[in-house]
Amino acid sequence: METLMDILTELHPDVDFDSCETLVDDKILDSFDIITIITELNSQLDVTIPADKIVPENFNSAKALWALVEELQDE
Amino acid sequence: MNNILEYLEKTVKEVPDKTAFKGGGTEYTFRQLVDVSRSIGTVLAARDVRKKPVAVYMKKHPDMIVSFFGVLQAGAFYIPIDEEMPAHRIQYILESIAPEVVICDDSTLENAKKLCTKSEVLYFKDICGLPADDAVLAEIRSRALDIDPMYVVFTSGSTGTPKGVTACHRSVIDYVETLSETLGFSRDTIFGNQAPLYFDAHLKDVYPTLKFGSTTCLIPKELFMFPVKLMEFLNENRVNTICWVVSALSMVSAFGTFKTIKPEYVHTVAFGGEVFQIKQFNAWREALPGASFTNLYGPTEATGFSCWYKVDREFVPGEVIPIGRPFRNTEVLLIKEDGTEAKDGEPGEMCIRGTAVTLGYFRNPEKTAESFVQNPLNDSWPEIIYKTGDIAMKNERGELVFLSRKDYQIKHMGHRIELGEIEAIVSNLDAIKSVCCIFDDERKKIVLYYIGDIEKGELSAKLKELMPRYMLPNSLIPLDTMPFTATGKIDRNLLKKRYMEGK
Repeated sequence: METLMDILTELHPDVDFDSCETLVDDKILDSFDIITIITELNSQLDVTIPADKIVPENFNSAKALWALVEELQDE
Repeated sequence: MNNILEYLEKTVKEVPDKTAFKGGGTEYTFRQLVDVSRSIGTVLAARDVRKKPVAVYMKKHPDMIVSFFGVLQAGAFYIPIDEEMPAHRIQYILESIAPEVVICDDSTLENAKKLCTKSEVLYFKDICGLPADDAVLAEIRSRALDIDPMYVVFTSGSTGTPKGVTACHRSVIDYVETLSETLGFSRDTIFGNQAPLYFDAHLKDVYPTLKFGSTTCLIPKELFMFPVKLMEFLNENRVNTICWVVSALSMVSAFGTFKTIKPEYVHTVAFGGEVFQIKQFNAWREALPGASFTNLYGPTEATGFSCWYKVDREFVPGEVIPIGRPFRNTEVLLIKEDGTEAKDGEPGEMCIRGTAVTLGYFRNPEKTAESFVQNPLNDSWPEIIYKTGDIAMKNERGELVFLSRKDYQIKHMGHRIELGEIEAIVSNLDAIKSVCCIFDDERKKIVLYYIGDIEKGELSAKLKELMPRYMLPNSLIPLDTMPFTATGKIDRNLLKKRYMEGK
């Protein structure tokens, strides 16, 4: 979770990723951010997020995104 | 033909009830485009805007496009302003342009009233259904010249202030004709529009649609974050032609989207704005073996794109897709520093000659004179060329190949950005003592180094108010001291070297 928080905070140091649950809905993340997050998760945690999991629900909060990472790590 | 609207007027006679533009739950047929644009044009004509700027400050929507045409009906030229642009930039644009009128919609009405203190604010819904005055509009058209401005779009300026590139009808007509013949657009074309409407990039979908009676689907911006949904959109709308920035195409291929879903109808793919990584490009080619792929190159100052290369051979990783050759009726000169022409294999600055060269920068004679100059190869009559600042050479096949920039302009997510503009905006903040911006070409990140008594979070929040989203640095790094060169300038190269080695 810490790795993910570091990636997110690096992109938007002004956003409270602990509480925000509308990262996509409120346009806090843009396409560059999504690309960076997926690329960094891949290089730092060796997690590949398949295209069909790249949906708004999984990116609206750090919590949801981390749940996805854990799910993929278990597979 | 001397007015871009003649495309619409010819097409509406042939396919009045066909859908021209759709998006955001709204559709316009060609008949509706004519009717609504004439209503808006009549309202504007009553305000005597002929040959004057009218700002269109709206969200990306078919209403915005029909408003452009309304402005043109009145013999005026449009300045598109995006709903998401930060207030600071909107204010700058409005002050430098001083439009008579600003057209706005639900999403911008409140802001427009706050920001447009010197212009009249018109609300789209109030003016789109009023009766048209045929006589007034005909009189305006009878006085129209093809050298009159059609739009002003703003592009990044290295000193911190954006420059308003001003283009006339004739340049856009030339562009639409040559682009269409190169990419083979027709009445059956269904465009999937990615480009924002506030750049010249909107021309390539919007005006061929009028010329041929094609259809353009405006793709919701957020779909470019979610590749599977994006592909579903293309398939649902039977989109067959996409002219996108490279970063949008790469996003789809890099995430392995084609394993789940492929675009079923796309037969024409054009891309530009940045270098396409061969690995990503080949993934697209593999997914769409029957489609044509064309690389496009060109600066805003030459209307849209100036050069094209239709991919006709295999590329392996490490190779570069050439930018090819100029469109018909455009010439690209490669000029060396001494003002003479580069020979084959020699690098030179790409200088563009032709009808597509725009009129220059709005109310900015100094900047215009720097880049729109007399052709150094011609001392016999006045002939303006545009100096792009891009260095290129011809390869052994005679194709132009992009090499580098002369300055600190970068391409990021398809947007053209001067690092100097970012630095200028940041250094204006009271808390900032020193600043330097570099671009990580590998990870495509804008990195900002700064010295100042301000936390990263606070700085990030401030910058979001001051610059458009695409210009925001992707990484902020506070420093205690800034490295300097022997001549006393900030050592940009050293910072970049350190950054690239550190990661």
